[in-house]
Formats: sequence, structure tokens, C-alpha cells
Amino acid sequence: MEKSLNWYEFVITRLIKASGYSAILFVALIFFFLVREGVPALLEANLGSLLNTRWYPIEEHYGILPLITGSLIVTMGATLIAVPFGIGTAIYISEIAPRWMREILKPLVELLGGLPSVVLGFLGILVLSPYLRVLLDLPTGLTAFTGSLLLGGIAVPTVVSVAEDALDAVPRAYREGAWALGATRWQTIWRVTLPAARSGVLTAVMLGIGRAIGETMTVMMVTGNAPVLAIKLGSLFAPVRTMTATIAAEMGEVASGSTHYHVLFFIGMVLFLISLGVNVAASSVVFRTKKRAERILS
Amino acid sequence: MNRILITIAIFLVLLAACSSNTTETNSNAEAYIENKGSDTIVNLALAWAERYQAEHPEVRISVTGGGSGTGIAALINDTVDIANASRKIKEEETAEAQANGVEPVEHIIARDAIAVIVNPENPVSQLTLKQISDIYSGKISNWSEVGGDDRPIVRLSRETNSGTHVYFLETVLRLGNSDDKTLFSTDTLLLPSSEGIIAEVRQNPNAIGYDGLGYVPKDLKMIAIAEEEGGAYVLPSIPTVNDKTYPIARDLYMYTNGEPTGIVKEYLDWVMGSEAQQIVAELGFVPASLTPSD
Repeated sequence: MEKSLNWYEFVITRLIKASGYSAILFVALIFFFLVREGVPALLEANLGSLLNTRWYPIEEHYGILPLITGSLIVTMGATLIAVPFGIGTAIYISEIAPRWMREILKPLVELLGGLPSVVLGFLGILVLSPYLRVLLDLPTGLTAFTGSLLLGGIAVPTVVSVAEDALDAVPRAYREGAWALGATRWQTIWRVTLPAARSGVLTAVMLGIGRAIGETMTVMMVTGNAPVLAIKLGSLFAPVRTMTATIAAEMGEVASGSTHYHVLFFIGMVLFLISLGVNVAASSVVFRTKKRAERILS
Repeated sequence: MNRILITIAIFLVLLAACSSNTTETNSNAEAYIENKGSDTIVNLALAWAERYQAEHPEVRISVTGGGSGTGIAALINDTVDIANASRKIKEEETAEAQANGVEPVEHIIARDAIAVIVNPENPVSQLTLKQISDIYSGKISNWSEVGGDDRPIVRLSRETNSGTHVYFLETVLRLGNSDDKTLFSTDTLLLPSSEGIIAEVRQNPNAIGYDGLGYVPKDLKMIAIAEEEGGAYVLPSIPTVNDKTYPIARDLYMYTNGEPTGIVKEYLDWVMGSEAQQIVAELGFVPASLTPSD
């Protein structure tokens, strides 16, 4: 009996270990594949032409700057919308709402998260973009801002559910302590609960950004896909073309092994590096705040 | 534990049974037609091949794209039975084929016309090809410059991988001049589907778009187009496309080696028949005249 238990233990720990390492393995394999297919782009279309501002691949204009700025501006807009909304909703659900309200809201938010992005894109084309065009008096409603609004909507459920879990995990004693000291409910939330849940909330924000920058279908449908360099203030209200939409729209028809094909993988590599950067930045911030907390406690 | 094993075993047996079933079908085809070429035609050719194979299970038709040049090159090397092309075969290609002992014979199987569309609220109803070219290249950016209201022009186009995009670029933007390197203005919206263009034109009075004639719904306004300044403005329709007065239209071809015989002839006769030409219309092209052309 003792022996077989050990044997089980051995297998199970190894299995868990393997599944832990498999994540690293998969990321490494994906990155390896991206590099293998993407790096030839640097040789075939040299770096100078990749850093150009004209994207017209069928005539060998491979400037990816408009695509990078397009993705960044849409993601920035989405973050500005999703973060306050998401954290606000999470605070309401976890700290303020009565129990029956919480029981209605939580599944509804999760339902919103399960909405297929193509459906949102449809709503964007048929309802949101005509409305925004008239409301803001724009030449067209298919703009970066339309994409940001919808992506914000897509990212909100992610932010809410992760942030809400983090707030929920803050021990009740913290709040009771704050109330005992005479803090108001708002002071308790802002000065005690939210800082205590900081690392989880930050994770929520980063996951939301990741969700927004990687989203493809919706942006392809509503941002107009015009490869314009989006660096002016007004660019938010003009059509843009994102990296994800470019890959999705063009990968299906491109001749395998051609320069265009390699450039599309190169874009995928850039996208991968950007989200890697976001994640590394987030975890280093979380790590630093944790260390400070440990210092104070010790 | 044993029970799980037995369940898995049964499952595997069932799975094997299923897969062996599906591989059995479809192997009794005897005749084989190789069809290759233009990406513009590939969907039409596939639709035809599917319908034809459903009616004639003894015939197998393999359709691949790759472009008109690829198809004609394969015909020259005599590796295909039918080459699809969205342009006429070039003289040097014919010469090359003849040197190889291949005699290309042309069949016009359908016509492709592009309609330029605007919102019904837009007072502009006719443009010259040059004006459309200037609009799409960014030289004209306000409707008032072509006789409309003072509104910005929002240019809509299909994605660069669409055959329609390339045809529009060559025929309209560059006015058929192959040395011309004019490109679409960078702020041209590249929409992934016909539906995207139609939805935007339907609700936006600033927009101009283009699409295959067969895809344009009745509630949008088609622009009458003159080939040059002072010429007659012609609205796209099946008659004006077939009598070649509408300027943005082209014939779509299939080429065979010599006059077709046997199953290839039967297939091409079917293609020119009313059932196949009905599919032409469903896919947004213009049917070639129902009597075979000569």
C-alpha cells in the first residue's frame, strides 16, 4: 500500500511538473517558428523598407510602421476605456453591491465575455459606426475609436473577473480594521482594499491589454483597415490598420515562402514581442511592490 | 480500470469503422479534368466543378488557382486540360504554345463588370474614368470637385488580395497603362468583404466604393461611367456589359489545347448552358451571352 502510494505520488508530481514546463516549451516553439518564418523578411525586404510608412504588399511596399501605430492606438484607446470601467465594475461587484445584485451581475459579465467577437464586429458595422459618424460628424464611422470602444467592451469582462477575484481575496479583517479606525467606505476601498489587491488588479489590466491587442475579427471589421501612419492626435478618429487584421486578411491568399509571407510572420513576431514586453513590465512592477510590502512587514 | 479500457477499445473500434467508411466513397471516378488558372475565376470554377461532379459522379474535376499566367503556363506545358484566365492570352504565349505543339482555343465563359457605387443621397450620378482614378489616388478629396455636395470623399476598396482590387487598380486607377505606378491613396479603407463595402456605402453619404456588378443591391446608386471626357456616360447592366459600352468590364476565359473533345467538351458545353450560367450570376459575374460565342 505504502509503496503504490509512493509510485502514484511520483507519477503525479512528474505529470504536474511536465504540464508546468509544457507552457514554456510551447511559447518557445511558437517563438522559434515565428523567428524561422519571420527573420527571412529582414533579408528579402531590408530593414529600411520595413520601417517605411507605405504598406502595399502586392507592389512590394512593406512598411510596417502604419500597422504598428495602428495597433498601438486602438489598444491604447481600448485600455483607457476598459481599465476604469472594468475596475469600477469589479469594485462595485465585490465591495458595494448587495448579494442579490452580485448574483445577477457576475454571470452577466461572464456572458459578455463569452460573446463572439465577430458578433460584436457586426454590431459595430451596422449600429455603432453609423451612429458615431453622425454623432461626431466624421467622414466615416469606421475608425480607430470605433475599434477601441468595441475592444474596450471585449476587454472589460476579462478585467472585471480577474480584478474582482483579487479584491475578493483581500481578508475581511483589513476592511474591518479600516472601518474601526473610522474610515468611510470609499476611503476603505481606495486606501486599503485596492492597494492590498494591487498585484491582482494589475494582472487584470495586463490581461485586458493583451486581450485587446490580440483581438482580430472585430478590428478587421470596424477600423477600416487603411494603412495610415497613426501618430497625430486626430488619428484616433480616422481609419487605421492593425497588425492582427493585416495578418488575418492577407495570410489566406499569400504564396507560401514569398517575401510577403515572411513579412507577415515578421509582423507576428513584432506582435509577440510587444505582448511579451507588456507582460514583463507588468510582472516586474508586481514583483517590486511585493518586495516593498515584504520589507515593511519584516 | 478494466471498464475504462473496454470503453476506450470500443470507442477506437467505432472510430476505425467510421474512418474506413468515409474513405470508401468517391473512388469510382474514371474521367479526370485538370483545371487551373485565374484567382478571379477560381470560385466560379469550383462552384461549377462541384455542381457538375454532383450530376456526373464519374467525372472528377480538380480546380486550382494561382493566377491567369500560371494557368496559361500550365496549358503551354500541356499539364492541364483547361486553363482559366481573366485576360486574353498574349501573342508570345500563343507562339510559345505552338512551339510546344499546343494550340490554345479560347472560350468566353463569363464576363466580369465592376460597378462604382455611392449612397443614394449623393447627387453625383456620373463620372469619367479619369475622375474615378483621381478620387482613388487621392488627387480629388471632396465631392464638390466632381459636382457634388461639399463633403469629404471616403474611398472604399476591397482588400489587396482580391482579384477585383487588382483589376480595379490596373483598369481604373492606372487607366490600363501598365507603366503607370499610381497607388491607392493610403487612407483608402480596405474592407475584407463585399458586404462591408455595401454596408458602409448604404449608410454613409461620403462613401464611394466598387464591387462586382452582380453583388450590388438595388438600394445603392450605381455611377454611370464615361471612358473619357465628353464620351457617353454608361450605366452598368448586363446588356451594356455584353455590348462592351460599359468601360470597366472584361471577359473571362477558359483555354483548351485544340478544340475540346470527349469529357472536356461535354464539360464546356455544360458550362455554356443555362444552369452553369445561372451560377455565374449567383457569384456576381455577368453571364456570357447564352448562345455560345464564336
